[in-house]
Amino acid sequence: MKSFFILIVYCFLSCVSKEKTKVKLTASLPPLEIHDFSGIEPYLNLKGSKTYIVNFWATWCAPCVKEIPYFEAIQANYSEDVEVILISLDFPRQYESKLKPFIVKHQLKSKVIALDDPDMNSWIPKVDVDWDGAIPVTLIYNSSKRTFYKRTFAYNELDFELKTFLTTK
Amino acid sequence: MNIIYSILIFVTTLLTNYPLENGYDIGDIATDFSLENIDGKFVSLSDFKDAKGFIIVFTCNTCPYAILYEDRIEALNKKYAFQGYPVVAIMPNNVETKPGDSMKSMQQRAIDKGFTFPYLIDADQKIYPQYGATKTPHVYILESTTRGPVVRYIGGIDDNYKDATLVKTNFVEDAIESLKNGGAIKFTKTKAIGCSIKQ
Repeated sequence: MKSFFILIVYCFLSCVSKEKTKVKLTASLPPLEIHDFSGIEPYLNLKGSKTYIVNFWATWCAPCVKEIPYFEAIQANYSEDVEVILISLDFPRQYESKLKPFIVKHQLKSKVIALDDPDMNSWIPKVDVDWDGAIPVTLIYNSSKRTFYKRTFAYNELDFELKTFLTTK
Repeated sequence: MNIIYSILIFVTTLLTNYPLENGYDIGDIATDFSLENIDGKFVSLSDFKDAKGFIIVFTCNTCPYAILYEDRIEALNKKYAFQGYPVVAIMPNNVETKPGDSMKSMQQRAIDKGFTFPYLIDADQKIYPQYGATKTPHVYILESTTRGPVVRYIGGIDDNYKDATLVKTNFVEDAIESLKNGGAIKFTKTKAIGCSIKQ
């Protein structure tokens, strides 16, 4: 009976401490950048010397989540020449419960920005006229080339596409 | 001669396949289908003898955007079915990739939400590519004509997925009202975020 009681106390304590660490981890994140489309648009037209990879995704989108590690790996392997920007379409009520924990869990190094703009018909065509709103989609651009991809990527596919940009510069 | 013939066949194939890959555009005639409903019966557009048109909605159980629009899709059917424009919902996902969209789950969801419209499954995934649907939810409004059902509208339901009370433009309702009045539809194509259809 005594050991059972100890077990219960132990479980309780371990749960509490786990909860604490989780809260601490998301708290250590820099504040999440949240914009409507006017705040996102500059990221689609950066004028720096790098090649920019802008991916539209959400934590609830399974094919999006699957390719996030490849974007992260590209960012790590081409950190000099490439900047990856992950634009999240997560719902605002899930920023704390889903998006931030995802960033912590996967230790995302790429820049994550949340896009909160419900008037989708007004801004989707400004990203690309051919995009009808299915995600994931990815925009890759630099000073001399710009391509919008309505598809998912494996690492080698993304690497292949990226190289066509790095050689055009 | 053989080469010219092969080139001709190649070009013809390209031309005939091109519209199919891209789906329907405004003014195209939609082909009818026969898809299984949640009650086990097969449903075709031709079953609706008196329909003046249709609100075809590609939707599913699992996409958060589709879920946000469930009540609004049901409201569209309640409002327009008896006026001759019923909602016909089609679930396009591969159920092996998305078990939550299985026929059994569709049946349960329809009971839970009290759907009054047919909720069909595109089990062979042959219909949604014909339409050119890419995501859920994705709406096609058809108008019944002597030539067959003509595509009059493609796109989203309204301009605020988050909150139905903050909607400024009801794209689907406005299109149906225009059809009823014989007027021109203001927005024939709109864009909306959705979940890509799972193959």
